[in-house]
Amino acid sequence: MYAVHPINAQIIFMPFNSILFSTKEETSATMPECFGDLHLDQVISSACAGKDEYNLRTFFYTPLASAENINYRQQVFKDLEHPEARQPVETFAAYMKQMRQSWIVYEKSLYDHQKQRIFLDIVTDYCDAVTRLEKGLSSAQLKSQGLLQFADYLKSYLCSSSFITLSSEATELLKDLQGIQYNIVIRQLRIQVLPYNHQPDYSAVIEKTFSRFQQQAQKDYRVKFDNSPDMNHVEAAILKGVSELYPQLFERLKQYASGHTNYLDDTIAAFDREVQFYIAWLQYISELKQRGLLFCYPKILKDSKNVRCSESFDIALAKKLSAENKRVVTNDFCLEKEERIIVVTGPNQGGKTTFARMFGQLHYLARLGCCVPGKEAALFLYDQLLTHFEKEETVETHRSKFEDDLVRIHEMLEKATPGSILILNEIFSSTTLQDATFLNKKIMQIADRLDMLCVWVTFIDELLNLSRKTVSMLSTIEPDNPAARTFKIIRRPANGLAYALSIAEKYHVTYQQLKDRIKV
Amino acid sequence: MKPFLLFKEKDFDSSVLLPWNAADIIQDLGLNVLFKAMAGEDELLWEVAQKTLLTATENDIGTIFYRQEILKDCLDHPSEIKEIYATAQEAIDRRKKSWFGVFTNYPSSVLSGSREMILLYIDELKKLRGIAENHRSKFRSAGFKRFFEMIMAELSGDYFEEIEKHLQELRLDKNLVMSARLGKGNKGIRYTLHPPEAEKLSWWQKIFGQKAKGYTFYIHPRDESGSRALRDLKDRGLNEVANALGQSSDHILEFFKLLRTELSFYLGCLNLHSHLSGLGEPLSFPQPLPSDYRAQVGKGLYDPCLAISMNRKVIASDIKTDNKNPVIITGANQGGKSTFLRSIGVAQLMMQNGMFVPADFYSAGICNSLFTHFKREEDTTMKSGKFDEELARMSQIADHITPDAIVLFNESFAATNEIEGSEIAGQIVRALIEKGVRVFYVTHLYDFASNIYKDGRMDALFLRAERKEDASRTFRITEGRPLVTSYGQDLYYKIFKNDVAGNDTSDEGNISTGRVAASDKDL
Repeated sequence: MYAVHPINAQIIFMPFNSILFSTKEETSATMPECFGDLHLDQVISSACAGKDEYNLRTFFYTPLASAENINYRQQVFKDLEHPEARQPVETFAAYMKQMRQSWIVYEKSLYDHQKQRIFLDIVTDYCDAVTRLEKGLSSAQLKSQGLLQFADYLKSYLCSSSFITLSSEATELLKDLQGIQYNIVIRQLRIQVLPYNHQPDYSAVIEKTFSRFQQQAQKDYRVKFDNSPDMNHVEAAILKGVSELYPQLFERLKQYASGHTNYLDDTIAAFDREVQFYIAWLQYISELKQRGLLFCYPKILKDSKNVRCSESFDIALAKKLSAENKRVVTNDFCLEKEERIIVVTGPNQGGKTTFARMFGQLHYLARLGCCVPGKEAALFLYDQLLTHFEKEETVETHRSKFEDDLVRIHEMLEKATPGSILILNEIFSSTTLQDATFLNKKIMQIADRLDMLCVWVTFIDELLNLSRKTVSMLSTIEPDNPAARTFKIIRRPANGLAYALSIAEKYHVTYQQLKDRIKV
Repeated sequence: MKPFLLFKEKDFDSSVLLPWNAADIIQDLGLNVLFKAMAGEDELLWEVAQKTLLTATENDIGTIFYRQEILKDCLDHPSEIKEIYATAQEAIDRRKKSWFGVFTNYPSSVLSGSREMILLYIDELKKLRGIAENHRSKFRSAGFKRFFEMIMAELSGDYFEEIEKHLQELRLDKNLVMSARLGKGNKGIRYTLHPPEAEKLSWWQKIFGQKAKGYTFYIHPRDESGSRALRDLKDRGLNEVANALGQSSDHILEFFKLLRTELSFYLGCLNLHSHLSGLGEPLSFPQPLPSDYRAQVGKGLYDPCLAISMNRKVIASDIKTDNKNPVIITGANQGGKSTFLRSIGVAQLMMQNGMFVPADFYSAGICNSLFTHFKREEDTTMKSGKFDEELARMSQIADHITPDAIVLFNESFAATNEIEGSEIAGQIVRALIEKGVRVFYVTHLYDFASNIYKDGRMDALFLRAERKEDASRTFRITEGRPLVTSYGQDLYYKIFKNDVAGNDTSDEGNISTGRVAASDKDL
């Protein structure tokens, strides 16, 4: 489907589909189930904040199914990370936003002379916005298929005769209106509108008289007037007076406003909305990037499950910590050969849940085509992201909740496939150890059989021995000061070495710490 | 119109920030006593005294002489200076009493408020003109000559007439003529007020046959929103003019404020002069030399802050450093070393501020900044912490120091054992000297002092707190090499009087031996 405007139908356009999809995919308006557990609800709502008019959530709620589309978006993202490509797009968006606000004033206006001029202002902005966007994009070093094709489309649009007419007439009309200068003479309740007479500016006269006292201090006594675009009836009457001084010009304005009501191009309007998906994400992560946190475009694994990531973090937590000016701890993971199940054990409050969230977020964000937290990543193109995070609960609701959990996990596993990712956080921790161990073992057998990628946060060490596919990772704390959390999750057998390791950490002499400390 | 009484070609910037180490300098040199003598309870005098003195190292020699001349005029004609000051003060007080500035939400009230304010200022401006007419011939300094000439030229009778004419017109009791252009949405923008004569022109046009194009309408007397809109429109028209007049009023006020501020400096000097002369202390105008003269020459140099707080004449010392650097001051505890160090710092700052100095004679190369590094008595942290703190302060100084600075050290780096302290002090001083920094160092670190004495690389001057044979102190500083003991024992016996009375020969013998050892030791 090519969105070509009817009035431009005779022009041969460079076809353009969408900046978000190289091949069309269905979008969903409902929030994925994993969002709450992974805190992606916070992330996406924060990323979309202030952008309600674009209704971007539906794009963030829809992970892409094809690697081709993911690649299409990654390329666009990479282009837009460069200011020379992003700046024109953001400027364009600001124009379009301004235009939408002007329409509200247009709808409200009671006076024709005002209405027609607002329309002219809107079209002027539109022409300006589109022209600048084309100029900006054509001088940027674009590499992505999406933006290159859109730039071609824009170029042919700007050359169309309808656009040229629309734009040049507006420019001329605006120039003539801006050239008008008129006098207002007020005596008590009488107001006269007269031609301008080249009189001296009284404030300049006053400034000159007192210039010998000129000192540094410069308090500005100018009152800031309400600059709302609304017009009162006195202003409207003055405007009527001005229109009588320049009748032909105001007639031209009227003709223009009635002749160009279909000025907006559908493809450009769609681009305006869809490109905000990229801008929203880049804006969201920019603050974290400034703090030195790294983001990367992950390699998408279709067949291999040997996922890995270095220096990654829970993006929702990072956002919160950076707002409080606190340090963000990064973590790594790497699965090789047969390894599928990361079993995270270790002291509480050590960042285990955060690690599990991070794993889920990375995979979800990768399927959106976004860059993900971390220095380098290879992530699996999963089909379903299945999560279950145990929440703290009161004793009264305990029993029924336990049952509900079991039901939910059962349902999850019913629809699980070898292509699914399973993230379980302290499931059944509120039941007896015996029950919990039993249930965990049972679920792990299913996961093992399906060969699913799993992150398993648990306090049950023995789960590690249940499958050859498990990998042990540990949370760590400082031994002398259990209150000090390191939030570091380390790949290491769960055999008590963690204690010794954390002593080394206390003295900042682990491999990684030493590497960090020795600056070039 | 600028007073230019502190600088030949620029205003005194009262928003100038004190240097980063202002608190240290004030504390170490005891400057608050000086400020008190200059300002009494007057906050402005205090502020100006403090800001000028602590930024004095930024002045060039020309500025120093410029102020010295003006200060001499002030000492000769104190009553005229006080009259000018009072005139400026009156103008400033008028503003405080007026309502202007309270209602600045509407250009029309800004306009009428500033109109009335300027009418009041005209009185003080005329008074200033009167003082200039009567007294200008008595003043000799370039600064005051220029000031009075400016008043005579700028505040002429014609000029007062011109102002008064405008103020009359700005009552705007006739037509209001403004112009505008069309902005976004065809709303009026760039409203500009024009002088009322402009309307006459359009009448003229009408009479002589140009086509009277125009559109006239009336606001109905009961149309309240219409009246509001009209008021708003007028205010838009008046905005720029009201701003111009409001700022003009401020400029006149600023002139008076600047005049008062700059005169505050000289009033403070007058106060200090009468205070110290009252104690019989000598004061003189010093000879500043370019900064490459790394020398101090002083006769009868004393610490004015000590004199003021003791309320009597205090012991003075002479100094002649030639080009020697560093100056190392050793000697008896409570022997006047710190006082001597302070008197150098205070005299240097006062000289560079264009003031008289507390000495019979003083001449020195100007420095571009002055730092103090004094032992902090009140520091109650543990020993190592105290030493850390001393080094941290030194590091701060190092962040700011440049060649041609002066650093006054007082018992610095003694918060550790003598060997370590001497080593650190020696390294720091050597580095500073090689960078062209002038160093004055009061110390009882014998190792440090004697190392420098023995070190041929530094051309140091050694001064010693003098003591008489009966162990009573003269508080006078004279040239002398470092001795191994400083006279803490004396102090002990002075305070523990019973001990002195009851001491036996063997005790005395020990002490004497110590002294002999000190003076005989071959350095």
